[in-house]
Amino acid sequence: MAERTLRQWLLTDTPTSRRHAKLSALYQGWLAFRSNTMAMVGLCILLALVLIAMAAPLLAPHDPFVQNLGNRLAPLGSEGHLLGTDSLGRDILSRLIYGARITLYIVALVALIAPVVGLLVGTVSGYVGGWVDIVLMRITDIFLAFPRLVLALAFVAALGAGIENAVIAISLTAWPPYARIARAETLTIRSSDYISAIKLQGAGGLRIITKHIWPLCISSLIVRVTLDMAGIILAAAGLGFLGLGAQPPSPEWGAMISEGRRFILDHWWVATMPGLAIFIVSLAFNLLGDGLRDVLDPKAGE
Amino acid sequence: MALTEGSGKGRERASLPPWIKTTALTIGSIAMTMLGLLFVTFIIGRVMPIDPVLAIVGERASQSTYDAVFLELGLDKPLVVQFGYYIWDVLHLDFGTSLLNARPVSEDIARVFPATLELATLGIVIGIVIGVPLGVIAAARKGSWIDQVARVLALVGYSMPIFWLGLMGLLIFYGILGWVGGPGRVGIFYVDVVPSVTGMILVDAALDGNWDVFKNAFSHIILPASLLGYFSLAYISRMTRSFMLEQLSAEYITTARVKGMSEWDVIWKHAFKNIRVQLITVIALSYANLLEGSVLTEIIFSWPGIGSYITTALLSADMNAVLGGTVVVGLIFILLNILSDLLYKVFDPRAK
Repeated sequence: MAERTLRQWLLTDTPTSRRHAKLSALYQGWLAFRSNTMAMVGLCILLALVLIAMAAPLLAPHDPFVQNLGNRLAPLGSEGHLLGTDSLGRDILSRLIYGARITLYIVALVALIAPVVGLLVGTVSGYVGGWVDIVLMRITDIFLAFPRLVLALAFVAALGAGIENAVIAISLTAWPPYARIARAETLTIRSSDYISAIKLQGAGGLRIITKHIWPLCISSLIVRVTLDMAGIILAAAGLGFLGLGAQPPSPEWGAMISEGRRFILDHWWVATMPGLAIFIVSLAFNLLGDGLRDVLDPKAGE
Repeated sequence: MALTEGSGKGRERASLPPWIKTTALTIGSIAMTMLGLLFVTFIIGRVMPIDPVLAIVGERASQSTYDAVFLELGLDKPLVVQFGYYIWDVLHLDFGTSLLNARPVSEDIARVFPATLELATLGIVIGIVIGVPLGVIAAARKGSWIDQVARVLALVGYSMPIFWLGLMGLLIFYGILGWVGGPGRVGIFYVDVVPSVTGMILVDAALDGNWDVFKNAFSHIILPASLLGYFSLAYISRMTRSFMLEQLSAEYITTARVKGMSEWDVIWKHAFKNIRVQLITVIALSYANLLEGSVLTEIIFSWPGIGSYITTALLSADMNAVLGGTVVVGLIFILLNILSDLLYKVFDPRAK
């Protein structure tokens, strides 16, 4: 009974307070999202990934770094090693489980850095206008026109290999689309009546940008970030595969593929399993992103 | 790429015909973008932790040799002047000498580039030949099984690491089935059999009339090219589908149907005709992306193209080669981007 009234309270047409209206809108968005099966599948996979990463020490049957040269390249389903072992006798399943942490770490960092940089550049550019706008947008265009992977390669070459540098390199190449989106949103919001009203009340530029423009840019940025996640994971794995991201013995999935590559014809599972992991996670992000786009930004979908 | 309109003042003054202004703006924007690329590679070259002088003279050189090279490289000049030198050199296609083999980087790039061009071109051909019809049919039969197949193909394409799919392809089609040639451009018995004219081995073999080499080279290129083709197909078919859907819901299509035109003619003679411009832009874009995507593919298939060149140079800290390769790939990428932009502006009257 109580639940039903809560539901009714959330679905009301006449919200009684601002918070009520907000919660109601959120709930209706969730209902729309929930009806999208594929998006829910994506969400579940990602939640599972987060749980696996958090509980890695509990779930992993072996230490991901312990070598056992007597039992190297054991096939799938061998005793105690469900997904076999790699060339140094390390348990592949355990390495995959620990690798989830690295993947999430990279994705989270890039997803924090790139949209924030883009949001700053885009809103300032759109709100201030004039020369600032021209200069900032020209810089954005220049970065947008670069080949991303090749540029990330060159950045990593200069900064040195490693996870943090891979994150910086990917972020440096990932921010321009966010700046474009944020600028476009800012331009439409800037000229709306309620912004003029706030201005008349004496609000300054900083307050307008942070309190009134940013909150409205967030939803389109979130959609874009989710859709970009797959690309970020693939880029990070690519750098790892080239030996420029996470360094051995780190169980990063791209680096694991690179290790397994040498045995691909005789011991196929060593490279296949981490590749499957990458594929499943980026697929989940794509499914989730499509679903979120339909809920948050219905115009963009076909 | 948005070309910013001039300020109000400029417009009043303008007595030149508008196309001159547009052209000048376009050229200016191209120049700016390329300058930006060179600036970034220049900065990367300067902040890297490798001493360019030591890399040339070696660790045991005397101080006087070191100083001589230091001056020769212009490292005593202010950064702005150094940047000027850098642009001058790039304009003369001088990317310095490779630290690995002491040859000019531009020569190396000229040698490896045709391999990448050949691979990417065959890839885009595969992408177009399959992707465009697939997108058109998916739009015409929206919701049918073929639409679902196209959707899944694209989704998988967006989510799959290209280097992993390449490995799996090698494993299945080369390792297990033996249908295709392995890594490399030709089998070991066919290396250097045909004279190199264009550097593209399929073309060279055809010119030479040596069909054995042609067949062998084809068996080696087909797998990596299909791989690249698949990734461009994912994008091309999605875009074709959404362009077609837009056209098919237009009123002139309804009119054509009411007139009793066959569905085939409605789709191919009316709707498809109107998306050609948009398609060309999409194809130019995905061609640019293929050049980039070929980096990882080349590693997997030991394909001696520019991607392999850059990565090998990277792992041996040969920065001149890395930056030279980056500049070349970047410039081509930018040019293709701009080309696709221009095509759109020139051929589509709505894009004013």
